[in-house]
Amino acid sequence: MPVAEPVIANDQDTGQSELARRLASTWRQPRGFWGWFCNTHHTDIGIRFIVTSFIFLLLGGVLAAMIRLQLVRPENSLMGPDLYNQVFTMHGSSMIFLFAVPMMFQGFGVYIVPLMCGARNIAFPRLNAFSYYLYVGGALVLWGGFLTNTGPDVGWFAYVPLSGPAYSPGHRADIWSQMITFTEVSALGVAICLATTILRHRAPGMTLNRMPMLLWEKLVISIAVIFAMPAVMIASGLLLLDRLIGTHFFNPAEGGDALLYQHLFWFFGHPEVYIIFLPGAAIVSTLVECFSRRRIFGYTPIVISVVATGFIGFSVWVHHMFATGLPQLSESFFTAASLMIVIPTGTQFFCWMATIWHGRLQLRLPMLWCFGFFFTFLIGGLSGVMLASVPVDLQVHDTYFVVAHFHYVLIGGALFPMFAGLYFWFPKIAGRMLNDRLGAWHFWLFFIGFNLTFFTLHFLGLRGMPRRVYTYGPDMHWQGLNVLASIGVVFMTAGFLVFLVNVLRSLRMGKIAGNNPWGDAGLEWAMSSPPPPYNFLHLPTVSSRDPLWEDPPDQPVVVGLRDDIRETLVTHSLDAEPQHKDEDPGPSIWPFLTALTVSAAFVGSIFTPWAVPVGAPPVIVTLIGWLWPRGQSPTPRPSGEQWSR
Amino acid sequence: MKPALKFIPWRFLVQAMSLDPGHHHVLHPAAPQAGNIEWLYWVIFGVLTAVFVLMIAGFTWAGAKTGVAASHPLPIMEDKEGDHRARWVVGLAMGVTVVTLFVILVISVVTGKRIHGPTSKNPVTIQVTARQWWWEITYPNPQADQTITTANEIHVPVGAPIVVLTNSKDVIHSFWAPSITGKRDLIPGYSSAFWFQVDQPGTYHGQCAEFCGLQHAHMGFSVVAEPVDQFQAWQQQQLKAAAEPSTSEAVRGRDVFLTHACLMCHTIRGTDAGSHVGPDLTHIAGRNMIAAETLPNTAGALAGWIVDPQRIKPGTRMSPNPLAPDDLQALIVYLRSLQ
Repeated sequence: MPVAEPVIANDQDTGQSELARRLASTWRQPRGFWGWFCNTHHTDIGIRFIVTSFIFLLLGGVLAAMIRLQLVRPENSLMGPDLYNQVFTMHGSSMIFLFAVPMMFQGFGVYIVPLMCGARNIAFPRLNAFSYYLYVGGALVLWGGFLTNTGPDVGWFAYVPLSGPAYSPGHRADIWSQMITFTEVSALGVAICLATTILRHRAPGMTLNRMPMLLWEKLVISIAVIFAMPAVMIASGLLLLDRLIGTHFFNPAEGGDALLYQHLFWFFGHPEVYIIFLPGAAIVSTLVECFSRRRIFGYTPIVISVVATGFIGFSVWVHHMFATGLPQLSESFFTAASLMIVIPTGTQFFCWMATIWHGRLQLRLPMLWCFGFFFTFLIGGLSGVMLASVPVDLQVHDTYFVVAHFHYVLIGGALFPMFAGLYFWFPKIAGRMLNDRLGAWHFWLFFIGFNLTFFTLHFLGLRGMPRRVYTYGPDMHWQGLNVLASIGVVFMTAGFLVFLVNVLRSLRMGKIAGNNPWGDAGLEWAMSSPPPPYNFLHLPTVSSRDPLWEDPPDQPVVVGLRDDIRETLVTHSLDAEPQHKDEDPGPSIWPFLTALTVSAAFVGSIFTPWAVPVGAPPVIVTLIGWLWPRGQSPTPRPSGEQWSR
Repeated sequence: MKPALKFIPWRFLVQAMSLDPGHHHVLHPAAPQAGNIEWLYWVIFGVLTAVFVLMIAGFTWAGAKTGVAASHPLPIMEDKEGDHRARWVVGLAMGVTVVTLFVILVISVVTGKRIHGPTSKNPVTIQVTARQWWWEITYPNPQADQTITTANEIHVPVGAPIVVLTNSKDVIHSFWAPSITGKRDLIPGYSSAFWFQVDQPGTYHGQCAEFCGLQHAHMGFSVVAEPVDQFQAWQQQQLKAAAEPSTSEAVRGRDVFLTHACLMCHTIRGTDAGSHVGPDLTHIAGRNMIAAETLPNTAGALAGWIVDPQRIKPGTRMSPNPLAPDDLQALIVYLRSLQ
């Protein structure tokens, strides 16, 4: 294959704006009402994931405030048990399935990964769009149920037999288990898109050992999603079968097994924690490097840690089940595994500390949130060490101590990095900076409120307050601590309001960001903010781990990709050698229509098994429409050049 | 007091910080198992607090040491000396981490072994059967007429090992009395056993710790630990059939019991009521609390509970009993006589 001489990227080149114009018209996404449903570009879908999941973060927060309000005094009559059980189930389910994973994994991943890879779009963009619509479908099912008094009331874990047909009549538990199907299919779809993008669409020269940390973590998480999500879909699917057509997978009276469900659920449930935390760690790694103004210390140990976390994360699930009375030897094994996962996490912490230590720290706003992460996640991680010990866990399991622990881990490991990431990438997404002063108010209000609420809960747990109780007696002496915890909510709410004001204000009158406001090293800062629909004028090549810091100014770019069709470059999964060209399928209404038919079948199967035979044909029809051969692309314009290195 | 300070809820703060919240506290053990776990808790807590302080100091120092630099200084790409030093420090820190974790693993497993099996023979055996939302307690005996059945209140002799056989009739529940020992799930379809022992006489609160439906919050129990002779006296009392009503009002109360919905669910040994859906009421008057530790066992609370249990525990399996006032009065008198 003929290879032309390297072409040097230079924005002053005549003809560049002509190229930009042609690329923009080729990669243009349709506009208007229907255009919105046809859009398949990763930045647009990524923003939708981020905005939608942020809305569910706010809704989940409202539910949390309701919980705290109910518990401010003993025998409170604000909510009865029926509503309260729905509220805490909705809070947990919304936060995990509608916020944490869609935000941390899908949202940030879909938006940033192709940019960091130096790609024009995500791999399988239609599957990506389909995943978004399916996620929205699951969210609407769950919240639609709640708003029509059919909200799930069996906990976000929906243990059988409580969630089985005998003890949860009606359709509340069905709505929960179908919401799982929706959101997990969505996560699986995005996992496939991201893993493929990372493995096959990296810029030439971005070998595996030059991949930014964020790409490593997204790759590991994608693979973890592919292994973990099926377990929970099996659990919720079998539960649905038990409820819908009277199978007895989990019915002890008919030889079913109630513990089997817990194994399936936590085989997903614990890796899920890392699926939520690792994207946070990825953001922190990126930001620590940027704001320490120093190449990250310990690239290889951090990568090994991330991969190790992905593996060990699958062997600790039984620590959620210590109280079920398993043999002591097997419990000891899971104690050891749970303690072992501290090693890779500790490694990352030490490497971040060393990077800051030997760097030149700029304590900008995103970095402030990273310090918030260090503080809170450390507390959560250390109380996690306590929970790994079987005897201690037997005491504090299912109490407010555990509630405190995992909020430190999840808010510390996801929410703090999320805000760090939002403050960091908002300029790229919106083209304008967020306000620093408001951001600092936001941080301190949230940080103080968070610690006030959740540190207090440790003590409640030690005083014997179990989780998921809608009220408590005055003689338990739990009121004082509950009041303290509820006061923290006021601060957190104020913090959120400040953030919303900041975003709305900055969208209109924020400082113009420019291409690279933080002076970061990643390829996502190489184009204008917000990125054009084709992302890169010329696909970049890379010769180091920190391309914008280290690569020479005459770093070659890829040429020879056609600008009249949506051509993309496929590179080798290990050493990122260009292998062949592929064509991005472009905008299409079919992913949306398929999501509609699939949603109809999923929702129907809440009510009747007939939804499967009746619902399948429309799905097949829309899939045929989606997969209909597009025929040959128009003949390429004659050109000798292919690509250059 | 300054006006601003008046808005601070001092009463709650004082209550929140008070150190004696009664017999329901992980860190106030009254039993060898909870004591061992408390010891383990404080050891791990101490180690982890040291780790926390060191880590936060490290981050603070690292951040403060380097200072806030001007905007976008050139990044450091080559720092052989720094990398070299960091490699040593991080390596050392990792080594310390591994050793610390190993120590925690060992003391945790050793403590686990220590609390796992009873220390002496001849335990008292108790069968605990969890239901939505109360606890059926039986003291099984090969002779059927020597078996004691009661509810929600577990009497045990001080200083003797108690073996608990667990079972659940409906969904998963979890047995937990924090001052005595860690929790154990009661899973339908699984029979398991665990043990505990109480060293200090007293009444200890316990509560269901696994979410079990509408009234998970009101599924308490108590463990009454008493000297052996008192325990045996209690046993002898429990073995008797129900006391015969001694007044005409009590006789009428028994008739009310036997001619209304009560006998559909409850047992009073010595009468025709023999259903096992709800708690055995043969010696109801001897218990401190009713409705799974929800209400004190007083005439007023009992009457309120019988007439409208759904108001007190919405969703409970007991249905409302709109009795005529004098019927209700007689029934209360009868139930209060069942010592």
